Amino acid sequence: MKAFCDALLPFVWAFLVGGLLCVVAQVLIDKTALSPARILVAYVVAGVFLGAVGLYKPLADLAGAGATVPLTGFGYLISGGVKKAVEEQGLLGALTGPLTSAAGGIAASLVFAYIACLICKGKPKD
Amino acid sequence: MRKEVLELNTAFLSSVSVVGRKESEGPLGPLFDLRDEDDRFGGKTWEEGESEMQRLAFNTLLAKSGREDRDVDALFAGDLQNQCVGSAYGLLNFDLPYFGLYGACSTCTEGLLLASMALRSACELCGVVTSSHNCVAERQYRSPIEYGSQRAPTAQWTVTGAGAFLLGKDADGAVKLARGCPGRVIEMGVCDLANMGAAMAPAALDTLLRFFRATGKRPADYDRIVTGDLGFEGGAILEDLMRAEGVPLGDRYADCGQMIYDRVGQDVHAGGSGCGCSAAVLSAYFLPKLQSGELRRILFLSTGAMMSPDSIKQGKAIPAIAHLIELEAPTR
Repeated sequence: MKAFCDALLPFVWAFLVGGLLCVVAQVLIDKTALSPARILVAYVVAGVFLGAVGLYKPLADLAGAGATVPLTGFGYLISGGVKKAVEEQGLLGALTGPLTSAAGGIAASLVFAYIACLICKGKPKD
Repeated sequence: MRKEVLELNTAFLSSVSVVGRKESEGPLGPLFDLRDEDDRFGGKTWEEGESEMQRLAFNTLLAKSGREDRDVDALFAGDLQNQCVGSAYGLLNFDLPYFGLYGACSTCTEGLLLASMALRSACELCGVVTSSHNCVAERQYRSPIEYGSQRAPTAQWTVTGAGAFLLGKDADGAVKLARGCPGRVIEMGVCDLANMGAAMAPAALDTLLRFFRATGKRPADYDRIVTGDLGFEGGAILEDLMRAEGVPLGDRYADCGQMIYDRVGQDVHAGGSGCGCSAAVLSAYFLPKLQSGELRRILFLSTGAMMSPDSIKQGKAIPAIAHLIELEAPTR
């Protein structure tokens, strides 16, 4: 029984943390005049900042995909890429680091979006 | 010194409404003349669908009134698309003089006012067509619907719909467009694209107050005072503003954006919007009630928020306008 709970715990944390990040975004949509685009950018920037000061790593370790899938996780990924690139290339790494680390995510978005356009036909919102 | 209110006395000879699926499933669903199940109207793109809606509306209007396109002296048309291409493509196969308009969601009454002014001078028969399409407006002003963006609670749902109207000079037996009060551009510092009702309510207030002051009329003189698409947010704001000016609207106030959808059942947040909103509801709901005499006299204002995607990005507030027409049941 304990083994089962232990196996389940990472999922619980993933959903709790990921869900909480979504709740924050929903509150921002419902209670402020911030556009979705601004909220998304704020999330990425927050992730970069928290990643840079080392606060995001513990969250990612605890919640796994619950912290890395939301856009704050994307910012965290970027901050990690910058750190690594700066170590390797000096100041130039500040420019090359972000896109290098994000390349996989960006390319995957483009490819899957393109495939979706090819096989799906848009329907009106419900 | 200009005239705030124009004596027009033109007649609605006929009208047609066309809507998409969501509108046909709403509280006014059965009243609309034509509908399409998937909002495409047979077009390859949403934009083609909107053009097809306009073509269908005007074609049906001609058939319904027994006229040909060559009988029409002038057609006033507009939509929300960049450069009003929706109307240009939709109406290009008709043989008639075409005047493209942009008044955002106020295009319906703007067109009816201009058509009436033309009838009072050089024309005998004029048409007005206007439309909006949810997927087209979302792509242009916000994000493509395929992107799956979330909507704010104050956001309105752009109506997929079109209205076509035929106006003439003779008013016997037809609903009369008695007088009109053209709107002024009003900008009160509202920058929020997701709350256009708040941007447009002051424009409706301005036009209503100028009309009441110039004519000496009061809200109680009318069976209904209808705005095009202030929605639930903007409508509430307008009622507060009118009350603060000492001219409360009371329960004769109605808004097409509030009427066209079931707010709870269809999850439209703050209600409907778009040129097609006031056009379709005017054609399908208010004109028949005026024709039958159930409503004797109403004021009808389409309200428009005239921002562009770029003006919003540049941080400019939303300029709005409301054009008013005074409609009367046929005299018996």
